[in-house]
Amino acid sequence: MSEAPSGPRIGVDEWVASAEERRQKTLSARAERAFERVPPAAKLALLAIPFALYPFLVEDPYLMQVGINTLIFVLLALGLNVAVGWVGLLDLGYVAFFGLGAYLYAAVASDYAGRHWDGALAIPAIAVTVAVAGFLLGLPSRRLVGDYLAIVTLFFLQLFLVILINSTFTRGPNGISDIRPLTLLGREITSLDGYYWTALVALVTVVVVLYLVNQSRTGRAWRALREDELAAELMTMPVNRLKLMAFAFGASIAGVAGAIYAPAQGAIFPASFDLILLITVYAMLVLGGAGSLLGATVGAVIISASLEALRDPEDASWLVYIAVVLVLLVLIKPWWRGLAVLGATAALGLLVHEAAERWWPSLVEGTTFGQARIDRLVDGWVLMPADFVTEEGLPAGAAARITYLLFVASVLALTLIRSSLWRTVAFVPVLYLAAVVWQNLMLPQPAVARFILMGALLVALMAYRPQGLFGKARVEIV
Amino acid sequence: MDWDKLVQLIVNGLTLGGVYALVALGFSMVYGILKLLNLAHGDVVMVGAFIGWGVLGWLGGAQDPAVAVWLLITLMVLAAMVGCGFIGVAIERFAYRPLRRAPRIAPLISALGVSFFIQNSVLLLFGANFRSYESFDLVDVGIGISWGPLNVWILRVVVFVSALAMMLGLWLLVTRTKLGKAMRATAFDREAAAMMGIDVDRVIVRTFFIGSALAGAAGVLIGLVFGSINHFMGFGYGLKGFTAAVVGGIGSIPGAMLGGLLIGLAEALSVGYIEDVTGRIADLTGGRFPRLGSQFSDLVVFLILIGFMLLRPQGILGKREVKKV
Repeated sequence: MSEAPSGPRIGVDEWVASAEERRQKTLSARAERAFERVPPAAKLALLAIPFALYPFLVEDPYLMQVGINTLIFVLLALGLNVAVGWVGLLDLGYVAFFGLGAYLYAAVASDYAGRHWDGALAIPAIAVTVAVAGFLLGLPSRRLVGDYLAIVTLFFLQLFLVILINSTFTRGPNGISDIRPLTLLGREITSLDGYYWTALVALVTVVVVLYLVNQSRTGRAWRALREDELAAELMTMPVNRLKLMAFAFGASIAGVAGAIYAPAQGAIFPASFDLILLITVYAMLVLGGAGSLLGATVGAVIISASLEALRDPEDASWLVYIAVVLVLLVLIKPWWRGLAVLGATAALGLLVHEAAERWWPSLVEGTTFGQARIDRLVDGWVLMPADFVTEEGLPAGAAARITYLLFVASVLALTLIRSSLWRTVAFVPVLYLAAVVWQNLMLPQPAVARFILMGALLVALMAYRPQGLFGKARVEIV
Repeated sequence: MDWDKLVQLIVNGLTLGGVYALVALGFSMVYGILKLLNLAHGDVVMVGAFIGWGVLGWLGGAQDPAVAVWLLITLMVLAAMVGCGFIGVAIERFAYRPLRRAPRIAPLISALGVSFFIQNSVLLLFGANFRSYESFDLVDVGIGISWGPLNVWILRVVVFVSALAMMLGLWLLVTRTKLGKAMRATAFDREAAAMMGIDVDRVIVRTFFIGSALAGAAGVLIGLVFGSINHFMGFGYGLKGFTAAVVGGIGSIPGAMLGGLLIGLAEALSVGYIEDVTGRIADLTGGRFPRLGSQFSDLVVFLILIGFMLLRPQGILGKREVKKV
């Protein structure tokens, strides 16, 4: 006897339910359901296999180093996910805990400190110490809303850096460079492969622990807290204790990451734990999808790999052009319109370049900084004004700076156009301007350009897809 | 007791405090209306400093200004205010407005992105070198007020007085004009204000314009008194501005002024005395406590922040908010 429920169902917000119902019909929701049916152990194996294969495919020690750093980044993103993704606390001092872990390792295992603890003792000890530090930092802001926590933690990061840079016992900006290799149960790890496997084992352990915690009573309480703190408190959940717990838990994961990072690098410097790292880890988490373990992992891998590729002028242009084409094809619907935009941009460029060659030759007489084949290819397409940038790659005058500002303004204006047809049309000149800015201004300074792109990515993600790649869209209940 | 030093430190503290108060005001106004921590506010200060520097260079530089010095400084401040005002409006429009109904944490993350974007854009356009206003060439150090132990460079006086004047102007705007009334109403209850016929979006945009314009002015004043600017300076000033707003009572205009002056004085005094005090403590306890240099003045400010959070979280002049369900 099945009776269709009539009237409002108890405990279900109707609006949320209808939004959820519509979402269930989409393709991504179906894929998600199929994914949810996979047993967790199989998921973990699926996640771990690419990481486990990496050292067998890669010979180059530099790439191995990149692999280790990526694993550290994944650990960091997973730790940040606890406070930010699950509980919804904005922890802006997060990388200070990473730094604390690294410096604590230096304090127990370096020639400078004159100690050499075994990793099996040092890593758990560091995890506990950093968790206590996180707990203490969270205490003063426990009564207050998340914003105060953000200020206190940001200030803490600043203070942490001030202490690292100015203290004699941390050797100031020179850092500590004679860190002993990690020793695990008497066996010393000296090869890059060894560190990679250590980091991977730590990662798998952390993922398993996080998964179990998320399924536990505490995990459910955390999520309840994120959705509605007041309601959670009314259900007799100890809100403050839960928040501090999440805070300390995330911090201890960062501490473990730091304790692996320090011996893997052999040297640590205050500059490695600054705001840039913080925003990088946030970008990873947000891109992947806050609240999802898979999302945090994938986001960290994507951002880490892109930052690495953008640093290299050989790869940077390729990556950017391919990313732009992909984004366009996904963004503009139907797909043939995206192709039309690309074609029109190419035609516009040829036209402009031809016109400039004939009437204003100084606009194409500059030399490119790019070294990839694609840079030589676009040389006949993109305007390269002479004396636009200095030999160091900095903008030479007001014209270059105004071009950049014009580009930023045109991208912002593009988002304001309501009509989809006109927006598609407007894409063409903006894309061409983007190519001009990239080739002339950004390519000479790839290290800076990649951070500009990351900042823009954060803003765009929050505005258009706050759930990231793998997160669940959340409906705010008012 | 070295009175000259104390007086000098107090003068430094008041100058710094005036600047912090301006930064805190913009931050506090936005927080009052949107309950949003504008983490990009410090970077608006930095952009203001760069706009002022650009105007200075455009009008002939500090050695050979094309116009009278007072006019030059006025123009620099005005240009920075207008430029930063529009940047503030753009930040609101593109980074915060789409997130008005999103979970609380979303605009904060967006603000991180904006801050990073602005910082690195300036780095891309101007490079990592420190830029100098060369204010010693602009206004001779000898010119100033001199009275007993008091020796104040005129530019410091100008900075302090103009900061006060701007705060007074803002105070009048908020308490005496129609826009101010609308701002207060929006801060009190946004939905009710909208129902009373107030165009809430317009009020928010204007709040951002005014707050960011004050930040831009603060940037130029910083450049004038402290000389050098760079793309990373916004972080520190933003942080102190936030602290000042929290200490003074977030959302309150007189509170932001008081908090700014308090933080400025605390920082200047700890820069001056932290070495003596920690040195003496180290001597008395036989070196059990470390000696700290003046770089650790941030520590004192941080302790003040923590102290306020523990003892008086609503700040000096703030009202304790009761959460309504």
